[in-house]
Amino acid sequence: MTAGGNVSAGMTGIDELLRGSLDHCVKCTICETQCPVSNVTPLFPGPKYAGPQAERYRVGGEPSVEWSVDYCSGCGICSMSCPQGVKIAEINAQARHKLKREHGIPLRDRLITRPTWLGRAGTPVAPLANFTLGFKPLRVLGEKTLGVHRNGPAPKFAGRRFSRWARGHSGPGTGRRIVYFHGCGTEYYEPWEGQKIVEILEHNGFRVEVPKQDCCGLPLQSSGLFDDARKVVLRLARALAPHVRDDPDTIIVGNATSCTLMLKREAREILGIEGDPDLKLVSERTYDICELLLELHDRGELKTDFRPVDEHIAYHAPCQQQGHYIGKPALELFALIPGLEVSEMNARCCGIAGTYGLKAEKYDIAMAVGADLFAQVEASGAGEVACDSETCRWQITHATGHKSAHPIDYLHRAYGL
Amino acid sequence: MRGELHYDAVVIGAGTAGLVAGARLAEAGARVCVLAKGVGSTHLAPGTIDVLGHAPERVSSPGGALEEFAAAHPDHPYAALGAEIVNDSLQWFLERVADGPLAGYRYVGSLERNHVLPTAIGALRPSALVPETMAAGDAQSGSDRVCVVGSRSLRDFHPALCAANLSHAGIAARAVDIEIEVDRADENALGLARRFDDPDWRKGFAARLALKLQADERVGLPAVLGARDPHGVLADLERRLGRRVFEIPTLPPSVPGMRLFEILRSALRRAGGRLVLGAEVVGHDRSGSRVSAVATHAGGRDVHYAAPWFVLAAGGFASGAIELDSSWATHERVLGLPLRGVPDQTEPRFVAEYLAEQPMSRVGVAVDAELRAEGVENVLVAGAALPGAVSWREGSGEGIALASGSHAANLVLAQAGARTGAAA
Repeated sequence: MTAGGNVSAGMTGIDELLRGSLDHCVKCTICETQCPVSNVTPLFPGPKYAGPQAERYRVGGEPSVEWSVDYCSGCGICSMSCPQGVKIAEINAQARHKLKREHGIPLRDRLITRPTWLGRAGTPVAPLANFTLGFKPLRVLGEKTLGVHRNGPAPKFAGRRFSRWARGHSGPGTGRRIVYFHGCGTEYYEPWEGQKIVEILEHNGFRVEVPKQDCCGLPLQSSGLFDDARKVVLRLARALAPHVRDDPDTIIVGNATSCTLMLKREAREILGIEGDPDLKLVSERTYDICELLLELHDRGELKTDFRPVDEHIAYHAPCQQQGHYIGKPALELFALIPGLEVSEMNARCCGIAGTYGLKAEKYDIAMAVGADLFAQVEASGAGEVACDSETCRWQITHATGHKSAHPIDYLHRAYGL
Repeated sequence: MRGELHYDAVVIGAGTAGLVAGARLAEAGARVCVLAKGVGSTHLAPGTIDVLGHAPERVSSPGGALEEFAAAHPDHPYAALGAEIVNDSLQWFLERVADGPLAGYRYVGSLERNHVLPTAIGALRPSALVPETMAAGDAQSGSDRVCVVGSRSLRDFHPALCAANLSHAGIAARAVDIEIEVDRADENALGLARRFDDPDWRKGFAARLALKLQADERVGLPAVLGARDPHGVLADLERRLGRRVFEIPTLPPSVPGMRLFEILRSALRRAGGRLVLGAEVVGHDRSGSRVSAVATHAGGRDVHYAAPWFVLAAGGFASGAIELDSSWATHERVLGLPLRGVPDQTEPRFVAEYLAEQPMSRVGVAVDAELRAEGVENVLVAGAALPGAVSWREGSGEGIALASGSHAANLVLAQAGARTGAAA
């Protein structure tokens, strides 16, 4: 049986991956020093306690023994920090899934984990939807009825969809093919980010394809709705795979670091999907945009006709970006821009963790988690805050009032596009 | 796209040795990337810089004893490194602490004289450089008695045990318990350190503690005097209590060790070096006597880090970089390098007395006199991966790490310089 005993037949790989790694835990407590959540609330006793220790008492088919895993935000910092390679966050995600199955999924979690539904509903009526999301009495009502915190940083619908712009956009028609996975944040809330990425890629000689695509399933996964998440991520894999299957040189690039991480790793290591050829192909070919640009630069293929950007910005690498295990490529790219002064934030997490900080019972925890980052932003004297993940940007702006943008914004400015 | 990045040097491991090598390379202008499976040994060690504590008798002057020790142990890393490199690396370290991210925090000491500091159980441990927050614990410093203060909230620290053992060693000591209210069953050292960073909380704590103190006592607290501002916390407590205050290292997690990590990480980053965590090396490209690239898993594919030089600082048995498998074979797991010091097939691997020197304890990557991996001309070895030392018995771990990390960096720079010079 697998961790939590809930993974369907044919998913034996994850068993080995998670339970196998468990035996490497030497109880050194390094993960406990890194966990952003347990360091601010006793409701989550820490990754070691909830993960490797509690896991010994979890038996497939038996009821959950430990409830605190619901307060794990799934940031994944524990797994990244573990010197012994224990898949702590992945073990805890499995346990959370089992807990949710036993105790039922709140309506709220079914709603806020569906960015596609929300996006499609909100986009045509963006002014009304944005008014509603910003209207305090309705937010209070939403908190009381649904459990979505009244102050949770809700994004604004752009009122237009990125994919519509992409369809009307006529690119160069020549150059190296590249497939752009824009994700829901770009599609419904920040279509301009996608436009900038297309322009940067075209400036560097790429011909950008934007396949019809949908959610990656990450919000469902992080709320423990694994069955739905598996369907959704496989649907996305089916949509992307045909665009790269016949050409070994074509890659997929995305700017939503949490969604690209889902494709790269989490669909396998958390949802336990093994042996799906489309997902495997997509997983191997997916790049984060900054990862791609840094590699191009390494090969001498990135244009560096950057104009000065005389600004002082802060940079926060979000947890899900760190989960790619590629360091902080955005910082290397910033170093290419003349005039740009960058303060690297040395805080662990902004707290939002996707939808975690929107939930009424977790909002205060999320704000406490982020307090360290918010203080560092203030102390840095920087103006804007660059950050790779959209929900983190919304949280940072919500908490600090500082404008926050994806790292590619500054590259776009420097290119003068 | 192969997923390949090129550097002047790639360092494997983010413990003390790896971070020192990375920072010194970066400071000299090399493009350097430090790859690590996770956070390293710093968070588990006391945060002191032990150079030579026992040889096997307690060493009072590590600088004075080093030469003789090296001569007596020709296979020891110190025999290859020598006192000059050790001293240079200590000076470099002291400067990085002074310019580091923890304002005012400094280390005190030198190779001239070891401090003798109490451990969590009240044993005495020699160390060359110690955080200022530990200095007043030196058994050789002053005749004032020691009051060991603990709290039931920190369950792994037992002040009565510590005080009893100190008294046994001839240092008058007693224990005091202070109630620290926490919001959970118990709290780890980091959680308490965060409280000490808060001036208001600290004020209340000092007021409660002051009532329990007697005249002519210095105060020994578990090492929780601030994660952010240890210098300020120490000064404030000493002022409020009107006496010397010092930290006693705790069981992991180690707050002084975390400070040490921050100091070295910051030195690396400020010099422009990269640090990639979660990047376990899972493969490498080797042609003939050279390693050309190492590979890490990064999601669905591998990322390759290519460089003319590699520094292997991934640790030894404790980190899992060297393993003894179930068929009693030893392996270096990162690059598959040959090992030295492995007992012969017919010899025992272990001896019955747990704390005796175990036959496996000097195992490390086989190196030449310059600490280059044998048979591989561009891999330098640093820290606990080196053979020939029993650092926990010698009290030599950080001295070896600092000196061998520095040495590896200098060797890379000298070779790279020689190559550039030859090309010109």
